[in-house]
Amino acid sequence: MLEQLKGLRAQALEELNKVGNPRELELWRVRYLGKKSNLTQILRSLAALPLEERREVGAQANEIKKALESSLEEKGRLLQESILTSPRESQRVDITLPGRALPTGRLHPTTQILKEICDIFKNMGFQVIEGPDVEWDYYNFEALNIPQHHPARDMFATFWIDTGMGEKARLLRTHSSPMQIRLMEKERPPIRAIVPGRVYRYEATDATHESMFYQVEGLAVDKGITLADLKGTLFDFCRCLFGEERRVRFRCDYFPFVEPGVEVAISCLACNGTGCRLCGHSGWIEILGAGMVHPDVLTRVDINPKLYSGFAFGMGVERIAMLRYGIDDIRLFYSNDLRFLRQF
Amino acid sequence: MKVSLKWLSDYVDIKLASKELAEKLTMAGLEVRAIETVGGTWDNVVIGEVIALNPHPNADRLKLATVDLGTEQVTTVCGAPNISLGQRVTFAHVGARLIDPHTGEVAVLKAAKIRGVISEGMVCSEKELGISENHEAILVLPPDAPIGVPLDAYLGDVVLDLDITPNRPDCLSVIGIAREIAALTGEALRVPEIHYEETEKSIDAFASVDIVDADLCSRYCAGLVAGIRIAPSPSWLQQRLNSCGMRPINNVVDITNYVMLEYGQPIHAFDYHKLKGRQIIVRRAGKGETIATLDGSKRTLNSDILVIADKGEAVAVAGIMGGLDSEVTESTDTILLESASFNQAAIRRGCSHLQFQSEASIRFDKGLNSELPLVPLKRATQLLLELAGGKAAKGVIDVYPGKPKAELISLTTREVKRLSGLKVNIDEILEVLKALGFECREGDSGSQILVSAPYWRSDIKCSADLVEEVVRIIGYDKVPMTRLGSPLPPQKSKLSIEARQSELKDKLRNILTGYGFQEILTYSLVSLGKLQKVSPELELRIPPLKVANPMTREQEYLRTSLRGGLLTTLAHNQKFEQAGVRLFEIGKVFLPQGKDLPEEKDMLCAVLSGARAELSWQADKEMVDFFDAKGVVENLLDQLGLKASFKNSDDEGLYLERRADVIVADGKVGTVGDVQPKVAQAFELSNTVCLMEIDLEKLLTKIAGIKEYRSIPRFPSVTRDIALAIDEQMSYRLVNEIIQSFPLVTKVSLFDLYRGEQITEGKKSFAIRIVYRSPSRTLTDEEVDQTQKQMLDRLDKELGAILRK
Ligand SMILES: [Zn+2]
Repeated sequence: MLEQLKGLRAQALEELNKVGNPRELELWRVRYLGKKSNLTQILRSLAALPLEERREVGAQANEIKKALESSLEEKGRLLQESILTSPRESQRVDITLPGRALPTGRLHPTTQILKEICDIFKNMGFQVIEGPDVEWDYYNFEALNIPQHHPARDMFATFWIDTGMGEKARLLRTHSSPMQIRLMEKERPPIRAIVPGRVYRYEATDATHESMFYQVEGLAVDKGITLADLKGTLFDFCRCLFGEERRVRFRCDYFPFVEPGVEVAISCLACNGTGCRLCGHSGWIEILGAGMVHPDVLTRVDINPKLYSGFAFGMGVERIAMLRYGIDDIRLFYSNDLRFLRQF
Repeated sequence: MKVSLKWLSDYVDIKLASKELAEKLTMAGLEVRAIETVGGTWDNVVIGEVIALNPHPNADRLKLATVDLGTEQVTTVCGAPNISLGQRVTFAHVGARLIDPHTGEVAVLKAAKIRGVISEGMVCSEKELGISENHEAILVLPPDAPIGVPLDAYLGDVVLDLDITPNRPDCLSVIGIAREIAALTGEALRVPEIHYEETEKSIDAFASVDIVDADLCSRYCAGLVAGIRIAPSPSWLQQRLNSCGMRPINNVVDITNYVMLEYGQPIHAFDYHKLKGRQIIVRRAGKGETIATLDGSKRTLNSDILVIADKGEAVAVAGIMGGLDSEVTESTDTILLESASFNQAAIRRGCSHLQFQSEASIRFDKGLNSELPLVPLKRATQLLLELAGGKAAKGVIDVYPGKPKAELISLTTREVKRLSGLKVNIDEILEVLKALGFECREGDSGSQILVSAPYWRSDIKCSADLVEEVVRIIGYDKVPMTRLGSPLPPQKSKLSIEARQSELKDKLRNILTGYGFQEILTYSLVSLGKLQKVSPELELRIPPLKVANPMTREQEYLRTSLRGGLLTTLAHNQKFEQAGVRLFEIGKVFLPQGKDLPEEKDMLCAVLSGARAELSWQADKEMVDFFDAKGVVENLLDQLGLKASFKNSDDEGLYLERRADVIVADGKVGTVGDVQPKVAQAFELSNTVCLMEIDLEKLLTKIAGIKEYRSIPRFPSVTRDIALAIDEQMSYRLVNEIIQSFPLVTKVSLFDLYRGEQITEGKKSFAIRIVYRSPSRTLTDEEVDQTQKQMLDRLDKELGAILRK
């Protein structure tokens, strides 16, 4: 019987060597370790043997069983590993076939830039609010120091709403600044807010003019706010949006509702300041109008200009997008050609 | 405003290079749009005198001109008819770079043989020199032009093209700009000295002025010069007008323009003898009064417009345009000069009524001070005497009903610091303000002054204006940069309505782009046609707001729906797209509210059309239908934590057979359906278009501010599939409602809808998977069997739905 066991062991191990896949391995297990295997039979028949032989054969058989079991386990592990690593021809695919397409949607470039702008100011503690597109003359002009017949009305070609006799004049806001007034009527300083939204100009359209575009207005009012704060805030903004290497220029400009008035320009993105067609050979690209809120404006909303001061700014969103992406025609934005929109 | 540096140099020494000067002006608020160089390219062109003219031996129309260039005399062929002996002309040597009059390109001058005579160099026309388009005649310089001097040195100039902001009418003048340069560079300003001889006879003996409407004319000054001779202006004056972009006409008109450019005060010259009754009356025009203006047209006026009239009729539209009848002509010998202050609003109304602007009206409509007119009037008189001869009547007429009051403004160093952040001392402030012509008095303390603005600075009204003056002359670049140090305003709750509105929009944008929708933004203004196309009866229900002055009919009405924009965009893109198109817009619609501002409502609208998926070797090649749009709505609402139900809709823009209202918690929040074939056709859409529309305000009211956590189920579920045969007209909603009414049911999925041979005609079969679960215990098979039996009984009894075996 001992001989038989020895032979069994040698045979089992030899066959195990030939096993090449899990199915064969299972067959091998059934043959050598299964309920009907010789080894199991031998172990079952031990009781019938004399004590001496029983002990010897038993020890041997158990040892063989353990050895075969551990070989089985080892073989199983090896097989598993070779399955995971070995090439399988049947599973091969043509990896150059196109992947399954997922539908892709994108945000309009204006929305994307608006979000960038708003995020920068949000980080500086500005709150985002919105206002109406259709406005009273009062908010769009009068309250911003642009009474009727003021020459600055020339700066804002206006779409007027068809209005009956004796009705108050309504218009499509020509800038986002009316929200300065609406905001200050409602809130007391400290105020720090930006207003994104559509504005409208009664203008023939061309590559740089649209009858509708987006602006972001900003306003900060409190005690002790200065032109230096305006410069610092907008300098940070310009560098956040256009990169650390931009130079930023602040020059005197005129808007009726600020005093002092400021125009903010960045060094040209195309020529970096040496002068090119994009910047009209000046080296600078104007991107923001700004200034210190005019004392008359503050007085009108019942904020004492002797105690409080503030700055306001406004910028055209498409213009910034155009600079960012090198778009040369503003009319592309709202003609909504997918061949344009899908580029962003 | 264009201004020549040579002209400016009359009033201020300019030591900076023109580029640096332009930069300084730009930084200080006078933006230089362009720097134009006159000449600078005239190498080898010098001034000479024509000392001999002989006929060309071989050509009748050509002459041989001998020109004295100081160091040499040259003879050249010339064909210009205006050449004559003694003229000072420009002579180009061989090698000069001139403009070829035929091609317009720059070419280097070469020696040429003209009809057998060798010509070394030539006498130039304005066109060849690039001064104007004139090639008929040679350029003739004034008799005092220095012989032998390079033309560049004599005629060369630099012209700054400035963008003057509406608050600075004083800078629509050469002296105004010179004053800025003086303040910016620390140089002194020199203004013209005016003196001239007057005759014995007082002007009052010649004319009188009566201001009837003093509210529109605060001052009227007039002077009179008799015995003048109309002639062309001297060339220096012509050159200066040209450099500012004005065309020379004759000495009188040119002088009025010159003085206007010099001082910023418009001056008008009347032919005195054409004024009836020797009278100037300043009054409102009568209703329907007409005037023939200098441009040759007949204008009808109204009572908003101010006119200058003589005893009979209007002779000029005040401050805007002269009348033809009182125009200065060749035969004019006596001039009445007008220098007046007209109301800014009246000028603006007049210009907008007449659809006309002039150099004069552009200045008046910015608001000129009534202190201005007198000096320029005298300056014009002086120039008339010098350049057109004649004698000035004694004195001037000065009717001045509206003298403005000068006001004192207090300014402190503290105020400058408070607004600008720039620390300055009182001496620095004084230096700037005095250079700009401000009068400053000492205030109560050493750090305070009392300032009165010069009359030409009507824009200065408060201390903030003075702060700007100080800072812009010192330089905005000297202001430090600081970060906002003031406390933040109280932060708005994320649950505030504004915060939630904007968050909802962001969320919807993210969700929809995730579903493959491209965002578009379309115009708020649309055509009425587009609005009507979307929904034929729309105009009757809510007439949209109309713009009184549309640019085009395409953009005339404020949209009351986003659909038109989306359908137009879809149609526009259809021809370029092989695959299906999915678009959405989130934006405002404008619902009129009578005389009030319209309600501006945020809406979401999305459309799908064409193939369901991109064309691919594996994917679904079917076209989208109603259930794609509905699926989008269901998924989107699910992501917002909402459950939608759908009811029949009466939306006329959608296809009767395939349209539904989207209901959330018993309230309608939107619509979904296929676009009405007629509507689709009107937009030239070929495929079926599915559309969904959601009212964001209504949607927001349904969304709980914060989602509520429910614990993950601890007990296993039991899943059963059933198939029901049911009458064709029974809707799935009825079946679903009965099944969902059993509390143990946690999920119901319809996984097949079958019609056909296996089933009786007029019936359909729903295959439904039902998941049962209890939150408190493990369900037994018996419990589930029992529930399902009750369910099937109800389905049978209430809907006639039979379980298929
Ligand atoms: Zn550039």
